[in-house]
Amino acid sequence: MNYVPNTDKDRQEMLTTIGMSSMDDLFAHIPDNVKLGRALKLPHSLSELELVRHTQNLSKQNSNLEEFSSFLGAGSYEHFIPSLVNHMLLRSEFYTAYTPYQPEISQGTLQAIYEFQSLICELTGMEVANASMYDVATALAEAASLASGQTRKNKILVSSTVHPEYRQVMQTYAEAQGLEIIEIGYSNGMTDLAELEEKVSSDIAAVVVQQPNFFGCIEQVEKISEIAKKNKALYVTAVDPVSLGVLRSPAAYGADIVVGDAQSFGNPISFGGPHVGFFATTKKLMRKMPGRIVGATVDDNGRRGFVLTLQAREQHIRREKATSNICSNQALAALAATITMVTLGKEGLKEMATQCINKAHYTYEQLTQIKGVTGKFNAPFFKEFVVQSEKDIEIVNSGLLNENIFGGFPLEEYYPELKNSSLLCVTEVKTKQQLDDMVNAWEGLA
Amino acid sequence: MTEPLIFELSKAGRRGSTLPPMDVPEKSLDEMLPSEEIREKPAQFPEVSEVDIVRHFTRLSQLNHGVDTGFYPLGSCTMKYNPKVNEDMARLPGFAHLHPYQREETIQGALELMYESDKYLSEITGMSRVTLQPAAGAHGELTGLMIVKKYHADRGDHKRTKVIVPDSAHGTNPATAAVCGYDAVEVKSNQYGGVDIDALKDAVNDETAALMLTNPNTLGLFDENIEEIAKIVHDAGGLVYYDGANMNAIMGIARPGDMGFDVVHLNLHKTFATPHGGGGPGSGPVGVKDFLVPFLPKPLVELHEENNQYFLDYDRPKSIGKVKGYYGNFGVAVKAYCYIKGVGGEGLKHASENAVLNANYLMRALSKDYYLPYDQTCMHEFIVTPKPYKDQGVHTLDIAKRMLDFGYHPPTIYFPLIVEEAMMFEPTETESKETLDDFIQCMSDIAKECAENPEVVTSAPHTTPVGRLDEVTAARKPDLKWKPSN
Amino acid sequence: MYPKDLKYSKDHEWMKVDGGKAKIGITHYAQDALGDVVFVELPEEGTSFGAHEGIGVIESVKAVSDVYTPVSGEIVAANEDLLDAPELINEDPYGKGWLVEIELNDAAQLEDLMNAEEYEEFLKEEE
Repeated sequence: MNYVPNTDKDRQEMLTTIGMSSMDDLFAHIPDNVKLGRALKLPHSLSELELVRHTQNLSKQNSNLEEFSSFLGAGSYEHFIPSLVNHMLLRSEFYTAYTPYQPEISQGTLQAIYEFQSLICELTGMEVANASMYDVATALAEAASLASGQTRKNKILVSSTVHPEYRQVMQTYAEAQGLEIIEIGYSNGMTDLAELEEKVSSDIAAVVVQQPNFFGCIEQVEKISEIAKKNKALYVTAVDPVSLGVLRSPAAYGADIVVGDAQSFGNPISFGGPHVGFFATTKKLMRKMPGRIVGATVDDNGRRGFVLTLQAREQHIRREKATSNICSNQALAALAATITMVTLGKEGLKEMATQCINKAHYTYEQLTQIKGVTGKFNAPFFKEFVVQSEKDIEIVNSGLLNENIFGGFPLEEYYPELKNSSLLCVTEVKTKQQLDDMVNAWEGLA
Repeated sequence: MTEPLIFELSKAGRRGSTLPPMDVPEKSLDEMLPSEEIREKPAQFPEVSEVDIVRHFTRLSQLNHGVDTGFYPLGSCTMKYNPKVNEDMARLPGFAHLHPYQREETIQGALELMYESDKYLSEITGMSRVTLQPAAGAHGELTGLMIVKKYHADRGDHKRTKVIVPDSAHGTNPATAAVCGYDAVEVKSNQYGGVDIDALKDAVNDETAALMLTNPNTLGLFDENIEEIAKIVHDAGGLVYYDGANMNAIMGIARPGDMGFDVVHLNLHKTFATPHGGGGPGSGPVGVKDFLVPFLPKPLVELHEENNQYFLDYDRPKSIGKVKGYYGNFGVAVKAYCYIKGVGGEGLKHASENAVLNANYLMRALSKDYYLPYDQTCMHEFIVTPKPYKDQGVHTLDIAKRMLDFGYHPPTIYFPLIVEEAMMFEPTETESKETLDDFIQCMSDIAKECAENPEVVTSAPHTTPVGRLDEVTAARKPDLKWKPSN
Repeated sequence: MYPKDLKYSKDHEWMKVDGGKAKIGITHYAQDALGDVVFVELPEEGTSFGAHEGIGVIESVKAVSDVYTPVSGEIVAANEDLLDAPELINEDPYGKGWLVEIELNDAAQLEDLMNAEEYEEFLKEEE
């Protein structure tokens, strides 16, 4: 395949016009020493038919979520994606555009982002939201950095019930930036409040939790918020946006920064990326918020229009004084989320969340009736929960895989004390039949 | 022509979708959740029908200009054509519907694709290994500098607190250095737009962690002193970082690894034809030389030779850790893999050659009506300015806005900062001579207007859905969301 | 454009000294170079700064500038009007556009500052 339209004759004419005789003349000024001087050792080109055949074959070496019944969650979720989403994403005026630097010919992208920001504010109850982040893990790292800059303190308390990968990313950023991450243990699947009380002090920039947490449990957010406020630390929380169809908004319990992953809305899991992080905060922190932000304004004829705004915070103006180097967002993934949120609408969101929580509870009750399977924690949960098996969980998952079922996420790797414990996720996309089939398959192994 | 907000189309009781009826016994929320955690007031999402939604977003799309709409010579952004087949391939269920925590035996195809992509990108850049984890170019820069930092720390060399950045650099370079905890030190460019060797020698010392450089640089010029530059930094114990934004100029012609660079980032959404998506998602893989491989983010994909099985290798004790959840923007990597596979090694070189030819052809033509500050063979992009029309009061912004009236996306403007009133054009290889000729005619017509009728230029645009927008009010009194009327 | 009763710094701030206190703002030249000011970040009252330390930030659409106090002392007042009307800096840089009032703790530092004539000379050299 080849996407260069010019013919040999075109090239010859163009070279003549600029006073050159061969393509090599264009590169004559590059020192010979650094020229490659050989062909790249890469495969030869393929026709479209060959490429499709090859790539389809490669994709078929994977077992996909359409053919297998999956109970994996842990930050990447299967939810209903309305057909219209992909049709709209394939409007190439959206996907072949760059960042909207020329607002007069980018109103589509800009208005869609403004609508995204509005929806995220509605969902979280926060006053402002940005145009999106790479993912929730990097959003948390940026939140820690913002909190440290705002409070002029460099210690961050992070609950061990925050997704282990998010904590790893925070740790990587913290090391580069000279921040200190201090972990808080858990008890009964929730952040250990006594330990939090013990470790918190006026030296702490932020307290970071996740709601529902990595185990699926509902945290005691009001108490955590009180402890954070008492010590003048910012309250930073990662949330599951779908859960906010039934759970209280983070603004209601005093969160200062709310981040999350809007992948659940309209974006396929795609092996973990691209996802779309969101970042919402208070008016007070608005001008410290990282990333792109769209604002409404008017044009020279008084018509409403949208622009990238508050850009003075950003790297291309502030350069070495910038507090974040982000200069993009996940616009197309945010567009998918926007379209899905409005397609669900006010009632649909609540309905989706209600189905998730009911189906997860049904599954939990059925599973824990199996001999040798017990609930690990007795905290309230939303769409994910932890069970412990008397049997080796890897053997259980292998047995389930034989029945075309992806079992839950084994927790021991990240939490060595949680042997043979499995984190399972159930959403509205599962039928009762699929839930019963999984439970029966598990029981058949016991 | 403006479009209402989706919220303004809302009508109580309308639905855009429904779910199947609940097929498990339904409990009340009170039975499952502590009462204080239950949401009282639902999020005020709009209530709209499917046709409302489709028309709304179709109309929004029509207010946009994309590569598929027309020529998009935005410098440093490589707005080349995005092949459609790659979109289809990334949407195959075997890629789009994979969970990152599936067992390795169920994701061999995905791991093979990542492993092969690593090999391809390593060969293209002259590096040893490449991680696909960073989500964007700036994220790649940060990852790269974290690797530099860890490398120096691992050697017990804690004195290196400075990163050198030329004054022509992308704003992300100094910002990344600062975010990574370094002091950014700026060095001046010489009269040819390259790194000033004497200034560099003065700036480099035993506190230098790295030099960040784009080559070809942001003026579109290849720095011919690159080997000497790398040597100066290396001799002082620093590393040399390659900003891959301009990689589209040199594929198959020269490699950062052979020029002396130790760390590179690539932009799959520029060089490797994956769509920009209106701002993302992109992908910013980072490649390193052998001695830096231990510091790459984890996991890397490796191959068990004995059973020919791919696996995720987390056992990397010197790794900087993770910079993003899971394995990066895999969906974007699929498209880039298909691009490389489709055009092949010879096609990549062909792309770079034609990108450079198109740029030189366009530069020579535009230099008839506009000022060319660096009159030499350019690479894939170049800079001209409207200096000849200064007396008419015409600025770069005006010319950019006038181009909108003719259906073109303007070049990158007011960058690099070292050229006054810069307009930076990057035509890419996927534009034909006819497209360039039409555009040249248009730019010549605008030049004529600048000379004879500057008002029509300074008051542009005249035909776009909205006119020039009030950015001052937008920033003074930020209106960042729809507000419910009740 | 450069009132005679003010003192000027090389960072383009002006100072109006009144006994042991002084008001600080940015000069006509500085506001013109920044363009339309959209946001101002000011220090809290009661905070102490050393000479040449950053006390705040002024943002325009296309630029951002740190504000440095030319002298050391404690902030006794900040111009809260600017939070809602940052344009006052453009409209009236020496009047309603003042930034902070500082209580001097070393009057000798004032001697390093320029008078209006010297500042205008300095601006010519800058160009």
